[in-house]
Amino acid sequence: MDIHISLGRKIFLVCNNIVLIALAVVCLLPLINILAISFSSSSAATAGAVKLWPVDFTLSSYKYALSKPEFLQSLLVSIERVVLGTFISLAVVIISAYPLSKERTEFPMRTFYVWFFFVTILFSGGLIPTYMVIRNYHMLDTIWALVLPGAVAVFNIVLLLNFFRGTPKEIQEAALVDGCTHWKLLWKIMVPISMPALATILLFTCVGQWNSWFDGLIYMNSPTNYPLQTYLQTLVVSTELFTAAGNLTAEDMKALAEVSDRTTKASQIFLAALPVLVLYPFLQKYFMKGIVLGSVKG
Amino acid sequence: MMTVQAATVKSRSWKRRLPLHLMLVPGIVLLIMFHYIPMAGIVIAFQNFIPAKGFFDSKWVGWENFELMLQMPGIGQVLWNTIYIAFLKIIFGQIAPIAAALLLNEVRKSFIKRSVQTLIYLPHFLSWVILGGILIDILSPSHGLLNEVLGWFGMKPLFFLGNDKLFPYVLVVTDVWKEFGFGTIVYLAALTSINPTLYEAAVMDGAGRWKQTVHVTLPGMLPIIVLLATLGLGGVLNAGFDQVFNLYNPLVYRTGDILDTFVYRLGLIDAQYAVATAVGLFKSVVSLIFVGASYWLAYRLAGYRIF
Repeated sequence: MDIHISLGRKIFLVCNNIVLIALAVVCLLPLINILAISFSSSSAATAGAVKLWPVDFTLSSYKYALSKPEFLQSLLVSIERVVLGTFISLAVVIISAYPLSKERTEFPMRTFYVWFFFVTILFSGGLIPTYMVIRNYHMLDTIWALVLPGAVAVFNIVLLLNFFRGTPKEIQEAALVDGCTHWKLLWKIMVPISMPALATILLFTCVGQWNSWFDGLIYMNSPTNYPLQTYLQTLVVSTELFTAAGNLTAEDMKALAEVSDRTTKASQIFLAALPVLVLYPFLQKYFMKGIVLGSVKG
Repeated sequence: MMTVQAATVKSRSWKRRLPLHLMLVPGIVLLIMFHYIPMAGIVIAFQNFIPAKGFFDSKWVGWENFELMLQMPGIGQVLWNTIYIAFLKIIFGQIAPIAAALLLNEVRKSFIKRSVQTLIYLPHFLSWVILGGILIDILSPSHGLLNEVLGWFGMKPLFFLGNDKLFPYVLVVTDVWKEFGFGTIVYLAALTSINPTLYEAAVMDGAGRWKQTVHVTLPGMLPIIVLLATLGLGGVLNAGFDQVFNLYNPLVYRTGDILDTFVYRLGLIDAQYAVATAVGLFKSVVSLIFVGASYWLAYRLAGYRIF
């Protein structure tokens, strides 16, 4: 097609590639910076000498982070919530999406149920009432407070039910006529042919569980029950800037910016990001399909 | 005879539907427990709520908490911050992915295209806690990477996260930075669905690359742009709790405090449950109106239905 490429076009293409690569670098650079800091000696990091390459390469900050009981404890809580949360949520999403994907002629109550689910997207009790209710259930300081409130992910249900509807009707009808139960039809036929959509939902649920921090902050009274991201939040984000309320002198500002355990924080930030960084390139092709299915569905 | 048959058919279909009802039970129970019962908890917005008494025995005070809310110093500023920040995010959060998708679409080398895509999606998958930690370091005034770069151009270091004039724009830029790549997915899909014959016709008419973009590509993307812009309007009171909470500090409360962070501090830090719930309810009601309106508009303008 592009046999005769004009000079202007060539210049454009080169510039375009440069701009796009620059954008990609801008997205990656902050991570490289934090990675370089995490591998540097604390004196080099405190002096601000580290840019994109470690200075005085050392693994000591990782050794320190991994030997900290709080870090390992919260890592375990995170793993537990990811496994439990993903399993429960995925199960609820699948068995809810199937009946809701039926036509009204086949399942007359469908409209009522759909609205029952959908209303929760439009309106919520808000932070305080939700907190009170969970406290009344005596779920504070238990893993259930992290796993159950968000288990019915209505957007995922909508995504999956739209996918179910896009599958050939004849398969379902034939199976039902042959005496297949709804339960069997769902698990033996609908779930296997919906793998692209399910892979997307699986990815988002896992990443969502791994990345959640706010529920841990409010529902866990004891820091030993914090998931990793909540632990990081209290460690990295809140301490330095929050303690400096009020009037800042030039010295305060310097102290603010020069945190003594900069490298430890960097290594813990990187460790918390690592599972996502490792997993997501492999799942990319799935989520691209899934997103498009979910949002631009025909 | 007929009626017996009709009855058995009916009972059979009821029996056939029973599993469908049963499958919905777990979802419904969880929604009642964690969404509908908290909605009932909103009553404390109308009470002089005392936790020890619970909401059955606390005194009713009508609209008093809402009056208190309106008298609070700074509540107008908080509302303004919320709308201002959210609005800027909606605008730039639309423009950036459209531009990126258009540029990506011009790339012919699939290796470059795929690598760039992979990298620009990346920040979307990291939490604001992680990004907050990274950004606090990078934006730090003394040895942050960004100030280092600005120094090359002879600029004085800026205290990005401690300067209340800069802070809202830091929020907008970092939010766009996190999400623009992910936003391109949908636009790239919209681009591939444009009929190629339109381009051929445009070329026949002597249109260059730029004219093709203006007269074929952009009109082809318009429905999806309109759709996402309208749906975005529903979030005009959601300025991004996670992001603000992880980046702000008392120095920038004036311009950076949004309704959600305000409710958090008022409710869970200061234990002003009733007033905080009143503010939260106000936000929920206004959001409901906006989200409802945006879905309605999306249906009218783009034929969009969620299910």
